[in-house]
Amino acid sequence: MSELFKVSSNPHIRSKVTTNGIMLAVIVALMPATGFGIYNFGPRALAVILVTVGSTVLTEFLFGLYKKKMTITDLSAVVTGLLLALNLPVTIPLWMAALGGVFAILVVKMLFGGLGQNFMNPALAARCFLLISFPTAMTAFECDAYTGATPLAALKAGDQVNVMDMVIGRTAGTIGETSVIALIIGACILILLGVIDLRIPGSYIVTFVLFIGLFGGRGFDPAYVAAQLSGGGLMLGAFFMATDYVTRPITVKGQYLFGIFLGLMTGIFRIFGPGAEGVSYAIILGNLLVPLIEKVTKPTAFGYEKGGRHHEK
Amino acid sequence: MNKAAERLYNGFIKENPTFVLMLGMCPTLAVTTSAINGLGMGLTTMVVLAMSNLFISLLRKIIPNRVRIPAFIVIIASFVTIVQLLLEAYLPALDKALGMYIPLIVVNCIILGRAEAYAYSNPPIPSLFDGIGMGLGFSFALTCIGAVRELLGAGKLFGAAVLPDSYVPIRIFTQAPGAFFVLAVLVALQNLVKAKRKKAGKPYEKLGSGCTEDCMNCSDQGCTRRFYDANAEKKPEDTANKADEEGK
Repeated sequence: MSELFKVSSNPHIRSKVTTNGIMLAVIVALMPATGFGIYNFGPRALAVILVTVGSTVLTEFLFGLYKKKMTITDLSAVVTGLLLALNLPVTIPLWMAALGGVFAILVVKMLFGGLGQNFMNPALAARCFLLISFPTAMTAFECDAYTGATPLAALKAGDQVNVMDMVIGRTAGTIGETSVIALIIGACILILLGVIDLRIPGSYIVTFVLFIGLFGGRGFDPAYVAAQLSGGGLMLGAFFMATDYVTRPITVKGQYLFGIFLGLMTGIFRIFGPGAEGVSYAIILGNLLVPLIEKVTKPTAFGYEKGGRHHEK
Repeated sequence: MNKAAERLYNGFIKENPTFVLMLGMCPTLAVTTSAINGLGMGLTTMVVLAMSNLFISLLRKIIPNRVRIPAFIVIIASFVTIVQLLLEAYLPALDKALGMYIPLIVVNCIILGRAEAYAYSNPPIPSLFDGIGMGLGFSFALTCIGAVRELLGAGKLFGAAVLPDSYVPIRIFTQAPGAFFVLAVLVALQNLVKAKRKKAGKPYEKLGSGCTEDCMNCSDQGCTRRFYDANAEKKPEDTANKADEEGK
């Protein structure tokens, strides 16, 4: 035999997918929403995005210098910064946006061991940090066409909302959450590229619709359900945040369970909570439960009985 | 008297109950919304700690081993009641600020921990100073945490505005999550100092435990020395002291 076999330890099959590639795909997929946010809210939105991305990247860079391990090229800091910016109102003071970026990277990601070790979605954790710290600045929503309350707040107050405007995105809200169309285009890009699948977003949205229909007080009124679906950060959260590789369960069953939990929590926060919005809290709460979800949904290995005991005979 | 100074140093620095032993986390996280609350809680605990240590040490030969925990609790609860009534009478504002956490001093694990680990097996005077040292360490830690939280969360220090009006307070620091952030950062800082000392060849040795490891990063989770169990190995002079006393 003249052929030589290569002997090496596993893994033997390598995927061509890289962290870099996935992050790039997410950035591309976020572009429609980002573009619409800048169009809707004006140049200040661009400034907020640049400041947030700048602060996340700079924080990652400085931490990399300190640790002598540069991780900046995996683009994850850019994604975190972009997602955080899309979750901020356009009127936020720029230093708060920068502080949020530092918190996301330094406290939530790097102190826990960097990408892959963060127990919570950094962008959402930073948003919640800012929301608790600066409640006034974080809920001052403005849009040249419609000033004041977000559609969800109006909905909660019992007012009528224009669902068509919400789908297109000509409403008040955070920079990236308003346009359902732009977000769906981005989500389609991610699904077609195979970066995400519909398990989490699907089970999330279905559970949420059921919950809203049962407990929303207006039944399955299509206009109401559609407004709830397109209002607030639900679409952004379901497709771009809940599907974060690091902070979602890795088991298939676990992903469904995770989506159902998020749907329930979002519904509870929106309907029974004091605020109109609940997506970010629902997702970071879900992130914390991921280790438990993975534990109960661990598939049985071949040759083992259910429950992990070895089949004896 | 050397012994007393050593106990004070031990409680304040070497085995600081908050930063090193990580005991008494409930009041540490809950009442440190401002520096004055932290200081008040620390000093209140210190009084209870010192007095209960003293009395438990005095009664250590009378209290039967089997019922020692209930006996400790009765002694501690008596002092907590006294302190609570005194606070209500003379410092009503502090009493109101600390609220439920004063009666809860009874179940503060620092107090029970020191009673079990030190007072029950050592003479009264060192026990008293052990209580004072631990109490001072606790007060110091709580005041530090409270000061940082008050400064960042409200722009004030001991109730006086120290930061300019243009400072926008980061409210999260006066709320529960802020307590965790500040505590974690302060513990990390003191671990950094310790790691440096260790590198320089000057590690702190924990008294009586014969262990130079950091309890927080120790892999032995079932370690009984963490609370310096009465049955754990003792320094020779401890036993000598005891023998002395018994000789009298």
